[in-house]
Amino acid sequence: MAQALDEIKIGGLGSSRKRVEDDRFLRGKGNYTDDFKLPGMVHMEILRSPLAHARIKSVDTSKAWQMPGVHMVLTGEMAAQHNLAWMPTLSYDTQAVLATDKVRFQGQEVACVVADDPYIAKDGCDAIVVEYEPLPPIVNPYQAVAEDAPLIRDDKEGQSDNICYRWEVGDREGTERAFAQADLVSKLDLHYPRSHPSPIECCGSIADYNAATTKLTVYMTTQAPHIIRAAVAIVAELPEHMIRIISPDIGGGFGNKVPVYPGYVCSILCSILLARPVKWIEDKTGNLTSTGFGRDIYYKGELALRKDGKILAVRFHCDTDNGAFFSDAQPTKFKIGLIHSAFAAYDIPFGYMTAQGTYTNKAPGGVAYRCSFRVTEAMFFQERAIQAAADDLGMDQAEFRRINLVKDHQFPFRTPYGFLLDSGQYEKCLDVALNAVGYDEFLSEKEQARAQGRRLGIGISTMTEPLGAGNSREYDILGIKMFDAAELRVHPSGKAILKIGSKTQGQGHETTFAQIVTHELGIPAADILVQHGDTDNTPFGMGTYASRSTPVAGAATAMVARKVRAKARKLAAHLLEVSEEDVEWELGRFYVRGAPNNGVSIQECAMAAYGNMPDGMEPGLENNAYYDPPNMTWPFAAYIVTVEVDPETGVWDVLRMVAVDDCGVRINPMIVEAQIMGGMTEAYAMANMQFITFDADGNCVGSNYMDYLLPTAWETPGFELHEVVTPCPHHPIGAKGIGECATVGGPAAFVNAVMNAIDDTGVRNIDMPVLPDRVWEALKYKRDVSGMPPVKSDAE
Amino acid sequence: MEERRVTVTVNGEPRSVEVEPRILLVHLLREVLGLTGSHIGCDTTNCGACTVLFDGLPVKSCTMFAVMADGHEVMTVEGLGLSSELHPIQEGFREEHGLQCGFCTPGMMLTSKALLQENPNPTEEDIRWALSGNLCRCTGYQNIVKSVLWAAEKLRSEAGAISR
Repeated sequence: MAQALDEIKIGGLGSSRKRVEDDRFLRGKGNYTDDFKLPGMVHMEILRSPLAHARIKSVDTSKAWQMPGVHMVLTGEMAAQHNLAWMPTLSYDTQAVLATDKVRFQGQEVACVVADDPYIAKDGCDAIVVEYEPLPPIVNPYQAVAEDAPLIRDDKEGQSDNICYRWEVGDREGTERAFAQADLVSKLDLHYPRSHPSPIECCGSIADYNAATTKLTVYMTTQAPHIIRAAVAIVAELPEHMIRIISPDIGGGFGNKVPVYPGYVCSILCSILLARPVKWIEDKTGNLTSTGFGRDIYYKGELALRKDGKILAVRFHCDTDNGAFFSDAQPTKFKIGLIHSAFAAYDIPFGYMTAQGTYTNKAPGGVAYRCSFRVTEAMFFQERAIQAAADDLGMDQAEFRRINLVKDHQFPFRTPYGFLLDSGQYEKCLDVALNAVGYDEFLSEKEQARAQGRRLGIGISTMTEPLGAGNSREYDILGIKMFDAAELRVHPSGKAILKIGSKTQGQGHETTFAQIVTHELGIPAADILVQHGDTDNTPFGMGTYASRSTPVAGAATAMVARKVRAKARKLAAHLLEVSEEDVEWELGRFYVRGAPNNGVSIQECAMAAYGNMPDGMEPGLENNAYYDPPNMTWPFAAYIVTVEVDPETGVWDVLRMVAVDDCGVRINPMIVEAQIMGGMTEAYAMANMQFITFDADGNCVGSNYMDYLLPTAWETPGFELHEVVTPCPHHPIGAKGIGECATVGGPAAFVNAVMNAIDDTGVRNIDMPVLPDRVWEALKYKRDVSGMPPVKSDAE
Repeated sequence: MEERRVTVTVNGEPRSVEVEPRILLVHLLREVLGLTGSHIGCDTTNCGACTVLFDGLPVKSCTMFAVMADGHEVMTVEGLGLSSELHPIQEGFREEHGLQCGFCTPGMMLTSKALLQENPNPTEEDIRWALSGNLCRCTGYQNIVKSVLWAAEKLRSEAGAISR
């Protein structure tokens, strides 16, 4: 009897297979954009605006042109001659590539210099003289809509105010009726501060326009190479088949590397004008001050509550600060991302929300910073409001959640904002987390500590999020529907190449996508090479962000493997000399029904596809699949944090951090757990230290790593991970997204814990990051602490 | 700009090159010597992606001029293992999944090497403190700490085997 394959041993589903990416990184042989050196390559640097809002009176580049080693000084005026001073954004607005009329935020691109090396290019930038006439800056949405507010986007015809969108969703009247019946209305206002994804590697590109072939090759730091190719074709008016985007190794993305940035466009234009490769590598200040930020949203919300703890309705308004250009990276139909996924995990009959976006003198962005289009903001407000409501009712925060969470038997569950939750065991996740942390014991410990003047706190966050956009009916970017593709070639010896349209930035696609093929075909994962990140050599895909790789490209991978298996079955029938109906499959081999010893391996079928196919059969063993997801995948998590707050200083330390994640079937548990820990660290960062703010003059505070604080190994807490598995009913292998859950659901757990530690003060909210001075202020003055910019200057 | 001759021993091999005095050490390594394993992250000595060992001690090569390395020894990630086999620290990072995007990894490993040279049996706290000048955005550090513990154990058992 043939021995059945051990799927874990061959690196299939559920195997914590070591990563195939690691070897090159460990040896310093990765290929990041900055590592490429092309013959004849020159270097580009960008001159940025020192002011947040100012009219450009003149730009004098004469001295820069005269410097030895300088090849090109590009200004907005010159770019305009090529119709490239402005470009379209992913949210149907326009964005300046190089400023011509005004600068609209500090750090905005004004000119660029191409030279023999980056040092000379920087000298060239220093030699450019720009004369500015300062204008009053706007740094928050309320200033933007004030009566005497200066108009930021005077370039736009018909734009008479600083509002960039309005949006609403839900049942307004039903919600009003529910509020009228409430025993209690719990209100919460808060600001989710501006944050920056800040991968350690900044953005960059090498544009290589070949004048002889007219082919443009661009090596660039992009999470979405195929979308970039389409965007470059549109922006630069180049034929799409003559554009090749290569996204090599990426030093972290987190949403920062989804949009098209002026630097990319300038390097392309300079390469076309100079007919040689032009490299642009951004510095950290350029990255933090000009590229896609996340969050910066102001909430006013309320929950209608019954005395017994049932939530009757939810209503909230969001004001977003979109910066100088509306360039949020999000699906067309949704102007504030998927923020209406807020409260999805709870069975609330009625909901209504409104949103308004504003232009300000801050960098544009609104990227999905480690989340599925503003769901981080949605879940944070949800979990802060849930905690406030539990406190208002005088109910235990765990019990209040238990009453309102969607129950197992309710799936699929339609939310009041129209989403369809696919599956889950929400209460079980909560219970696992409560048991793990020792909830009741901690509450008594907290009581005892309080009697001794110590402040302990416990915070819960239970969240779900929609991961894996589309379906194509509702989701598109720039008119291109959101789906993904995979292509699989099995060679004669049974070794295979899988090509996918998504792109790793550290998630380990080269390891895990092979595991999906292994699960479907029984080819050992070590025999499968995964290729991605090169638009000439991979099928179309929308890219890797919003946790969509496994839900969409992963599904496409399973589907293409099944197509290959279907053909292999025909080959097996031929080899076994039986009809196809009499062929059975087990992992890695086909056999004759009723005669399990009479079988052929997938590798033997592969050889037959090239050397012994039946008459009339097309040779070869390869296929492709486009996967249009029927729904989002909906993972769930319960996160619990315990803290101790020092009442003298406001400093808080994390005592424990327990995470229970249900992301469906786990392809590679080692990688899943690492995604959760990485995500949780960003959650901790946002709760504790990481934010970008602005002073009244529009100066960016947080423009470098001395001001923009990221947690180190020293302060980052340890994580205790647990799992619950509810397979996704509509994904071919039952998997859901996981890369971002902890970043999405984590922040509220930390903040709720600190708020719980000061729950005797009457303080309702401290805006993130919950800095020691803010906690101290809340404790001392018994008042809420707002983080809204402008920050006070030292002189005030 | 006038160039200066700099002689540096890089990964055990003496290298003598002419560079501008303003060139940073990391640019000497990456652009002149083609050793692209040291990465540039932040320009302000915070992130540690450019960490190399300078006479055995970790330094941030974005904050040193190349000329300051004249007459000194530098080790980069390319000098850590052999082409045939990985150094125990590299093995540790692979075994414990201590890296994701890989950008901070060379700096993390070199800082770890200096730590383990000084302290072959570090606690988790020792490791967290030693690595606090190297930022990672992907891992949350927990697996990096485990990687260094793994490497420490392997190095100790190798040393034990030799002394026996």
